[in-house]
Amino acid sequence: MKKIMNDPNQVVQDMLKGFVAAFPNDVKQLPNTTVIARKNAPVSNKVGLVSGGGSGHEPAHAGYVGKGMLDAAVAGEVFTSPTPDQVYEAIKAVDGGAGVFLVIKNYTGDVMNFEMAAELAAAEGIDVEQVIVNDDVAVEDSSFTTGRRGIAGTVFVHKIAGAKAEQGGSLQDVKAVAEKVVANVRSMGMALTPCTVPAAGKPSFEIDDNEMEIGMGIHGEPGIERKEIASANEIAEELTQKVLEDIDYSGSEVAVMVNGLGSTPEMELFIVNARVHEILAEKGIKVYKTFVGEYMTSLEMAGCSVTLLKLDDELKELLEAEAVTPAFSS
Amino acid sequence: MELNVQSVLKWIEKLNDKIQNNKEYLTSLDQAIGDGDHGINMARGFQEVINKTTTSQYDTVSDLTKDVAMTLMSKVGGASGPLYGTAFLKLSMSVKGKDPVDHDAFTAGVQEALNGIQQRGKANEGEKTLVDVWAPVLRFLQENSEFEPGKLEETAKVAMESTKDIIAIRGRAAYLKERSKGHLDPGSVSSFYLFQSLAEVLQEGE
Ligand SMILES: Nc1ncnc2c1ncn2[C@@H]1O[C@H](COP(=O)(O)OP(=O)(O)O)[C@@H](O)[C@H]1O
Ligand SMILES: [Mg+2]
Repeated sequence: MKKIMNDPNQVVQDMLKGFVAAFPNDVKQLPNTTVIARKNAPVSNKVGLVSGGGSGHEPAHAGYVGKGMLDAAVAGEVFTSPTPDQVYEAIKAVDGGAGVFLVIKNYTGDVMNFEMAAELAAAEGIDVEQVIVNDDVAVEDSSFTTGRRGIAGTVFVHKIAGAKAEQGGSLQDVKAVAEKVVANVRSMGMALTPCTVPAAGKPSFEIDDNEMEIGMGIHGEPGIERKEIASANEIAEELTQKVLEDIDYSGSEVAVMVNGLGSTPEMELFIVNARVHEILAEKGIKVYKTFVGEYMTSLEMAGCSVTLLKLDDELKELLEAEAVTPAFSS
Repeated sequence: MELNVQSVLKWIEKLNDKIQNNKEYLTSLDQAIGDGDHGINMARGFQEVINKTTTSQYDTVSDLTKDVAMTLMSKVGGASGPLYGTAFLKLSMSVKGKDPVDHDAFTAGVQEALNGIQQRGKANEGEKTLVDVWAPVLRFLQENSEFEPGKLEETAKVAMESTKDIIAIRGRAAYLKERSKGHLDPGSVSSFYLFQSLAEVLQEGE
């Protein structure tokens, strides 16, 4: 393992310290927690948005704390959901009297820890609602199992639910629009190389030089198929096809996100994006807005994901609304 | 044989030793069918538990197990934190006022712990989670009026090994579907350590 770090068991604390030092006028770290909150939290009479999850997905989620997006982000250990007490601190810190909304990625651990925090908050009389994001079509959706994972599409939930809250939407309004995004967003990823969790010290899986894994999760969870590496066009086709098969995008307008997993250069992401646009044009799907870059990474994994969000007038307007955060501005 | 504060402290210490010694093994099991953090999570959590219990005084098994629960809940994270935290919390509530805790009181506690695990995680037996160890151990305790540590450990071991052939329905391993077969469930292995440590303490106390 070759990493720029001090103590592998302190990477999260060390990172947060540097993050706050980089954006001192915008964010604060709640004392003795791993919570990053807006500097001016709580914003009175605004629904507070809290998200979070394991670390290692930077800029998610602390990078999305700011006007028009999240009020707080809770950082867990690398790839491990944060604990209920930390989430609870975040909820208390952003409660401006209009309730708190939790954006949770669909992983067993995240759901359990956030729900326990919500129970603690409810016992204190704070109104809490939540949405569970499950955009990853690599996993079959099923009510009998854990269900699909939450990946890069989560950033669209932050953006749109955040805009709704900023405009003065009620807790129920924010929940409704967040659910609309979840119903209309799908993603699919692939990886070329594994990543190494600092405390584990060795790569999460092995993969040959000439291989890629389709459907890889953002924690190095194995995907659906291991095969010989293909061209960027073929990769773009396979990912986009899987997404288009899952919900009916025909005749619609979409937001596209081509997301890098950590060590894939922008050059490669743009090459993928070019083919994604061609495919959508061939299908008569209009691209309203495109995002290319690193939005939800997996440490130093090489690979990418393609996300499509089907838009209506409300979602378009909220996507365009002002956002000022360290990692996302509009 | 009954469990008092001293024996439960020993139980927790033995469990911590096993987790620290097998940290890499648990993590490698989780790398195969999960995200490779189970050993790290458990080692971090139980080290904190030991830091806490070795510097505190307890009058009852209930107080001690409650502290274990709260520490696990706030230090482990992931799926295993809430599950083990809930298990110890329910055990603590169940054995309140029962010191020293005899076989029947402990069995009732394990029943409550398992109920808590299942309420939180919504897993049934046979879905390749730690429930697959807790449920058979509970049945064994219910079917006997004494602890019988040797058989208790054997029951937990057989149960842990049986998770190898199961196709996962819950937890991260479920993403692999059929491919999860042939691998032990990491949480079931850590739960085996939990009951193995208990059996060792009971054996020494006999
Ligand atoms: N819904 C569930 N119910 C019971 N046990 C579960 C559930 N989900 C996961 N587990 C247990 O948790 C273990 C994984 O723990 P850990 O790796 O620490 O958390 P995470 O899966 O969040 O990374 C699994 O091996 C399994 O035994
Ligand atoms: Mg794990």
